[in-house]
Amino acid sequence: MEIHSPMAGIVLRFSVAVGEEVASGQEVAVLESMKMEVPVTAEAGGRVEALSCEPGAFVQEGDALVVLA
Amino acid sequence: MSSRDEIAARRAAIEAGGAEKYHRQAHERGKLFVRRRLALLLDEGSFVEDGLFANDLAGDLPADGVITGLGRIDGRPCAVMANDSTVKAGSWGSRTVEKILRIQEQAERLEIPLFYLVDSAGARITDQIEMFPGRRGAGRIFYNQVQLSGRIPQICILFGPSAAGGAYIPAFTDVTVMVEGNASMYLGSPRMAEMVIGEKVSLEEMGGARMHATVSGLGDALLASEEEAIAWARRYFALMPQNFRGAPSAAVPAAPPAADLDAIIPENQNQPFDMHLLIGALLDEGSFLEVKELFAPEMIVGLGRLEGQVVGIVANQPKAKGGVLFVDSSDKAARFIWLCDAYNIPLVFLADVPGFMIGTKVERQGIIRHGAKLITAVSEATVPKYCVVVRKAYGAGLYAMAGPAFSPEATIALPTAQIAVMGPEAAVNAVHYNHIQELRPEERPAFVAQERRRYQEDIDIRRLASELIVDQIVQPAELREELVRRLSATPSRHAAAPPKRHGVPPV
Repeated sequence: MEIHSPMAGIVLRFSVAVGEEVASGQEVAVLESMKMEVPVTAEAGGRVEALSCEPGAFVQEGDALVVLA
Repeated sequence: MSSRDEIAARRAAIEAGGAEKYHRQAHERGKLFVRRRLALLLDEGSFVEDGLFANDLAGDLPADGVITGLGRIDGRPCAVMANDSTVKAGSWGSRTVEKILRIQEQAERLEIPLFYLVDSAGARITDQIEMFPGRRGAGRIFYNQVQLSGRIPQICILFGPSAAGGAYIPAFTDVTVMVEGNASMYLGSPRMAEMVIGEKVSLEEMGGARMHATVSGLGDALLASEEEAIAWARRYFALMPQNFRGAPSAAVPAAPPAADLDAIIPENQNQPFDMHLLIGALLDEGSFLEVKELFAPEMIVGLGRLEGQVVGIVANQPKAKGGVLFVDSSDKAARFIWLCDAYNIPLVFLADVPGFMIGTKVERQGIIRHGAKLITAVSEATVPKYCVVVRKAYGAGLYAMAGPAFSPEATIALPTAQIAVMGPEAAVNAVHYNHIQELRPEERPAFVAQERRRYQEDIDIRRLASELIVDQIVQPAELREELVRRLSATPSRHAAAPPKRHGVPPV
């Protein structure tokens, strides 16, 4: 399952690491967009399989940020 | 059997609705019989019904599949129409339509709210000449809804399908409450979609209640059961007046639970926080009824009470998408502002907004015309409006949140609030871009920091108050009391429309 970016912006940081278990509703990343910090949360739980980019990268709305197994 | 007994027997049969197997099927889906729904909605013993014997001679179409009449809720008169899905799946024949038209006309004459309890498969195609195209055909239902809009509250509870043309009934009401798993709205069924455009999709995915509550914006509330949906509608009704001539009734004031607002609202403009916490600390305890909670959550709208008086809250939510305004958030707020303005409900705007979203995606979606629609609604609203700048109102976000140019009764700022075309970081970049490029890289940070400080001073809230741009600066803990006093000082507002037929609003 992929967790998508809710809006366009820059990935400020990931709050989880590959291999980590995340719960539904847990923050997985923080974007910066329109000068605001935008937390991104998991809609369902799972184990982090991959992070889709490096912090600092630009992402568009709907881009995958975190892949859960 | 004497004719008296025959009538009594027919009446009992009609009141029992359709065949037993349809009752059983409905029960298995968690659906209540239509008369049970009415009993839950209305005060006990208050319901009077017309057209019970509609289409009786057909034999198998009790009440022609719709129940209409008058009743009371908390003692207040209202009108209802309610589909009976045990009768030909709640489909519409000519008398069904006529009964709906008559209850609409009666609600209009009496100027009382009208409930639509919808659970219908749509038109009976076999009866189409009698019920579809004519002057008193189904189209007239929608025509009437448009005429009634803004005169009396129109409230829809959607228990099952509202298909094809029938899907417009919920769309034209002020508010639509949906029961998850059973409610649906769609123009063409999944079977039709597969035949016509080759799309394989489930009903739930295409037109289910959750989809409408989260994506299309047609659902104003999503509830797990029929009982909860009816309870939600009753709460909403209590916050509405009988018609446009009056304001909603006051309730016994209830103090909000104690909260440390200084801890809730971060000073750092870029940090998210949960605006619900501020709303909860401002309004009477337990009074907030959020509308479209699951749709465009970056904007919060809902009805609540301040010292017993009903107000409409329009608030940015920094926790979702940074509180930035999008196409859907503009849509959501515009419709809510029109609702409050129609029914004499003062509006409290809680601004914490970085502005409208930028970029190709939103420009192609028409963010400018949707933003213009929101600003139109703000401009047109003649109920008392209060603009509270919580932390910031940047750019056209200030206009969308009823800033000083939009005739609020007052613009109130918290001590850390900022009002500007844009935030300091973006502004320094915009104004000094060329100069920054000319500087050696090691000189840049100091220059940028100095210019940001200068900019901060320029938009300082004391300066804005000194220039009479904001009318008052209050501490977060004083905000509720400030709003309560201001509301009681401005109970009504003179609203003369400028002479014209109507504007040409952007949509």
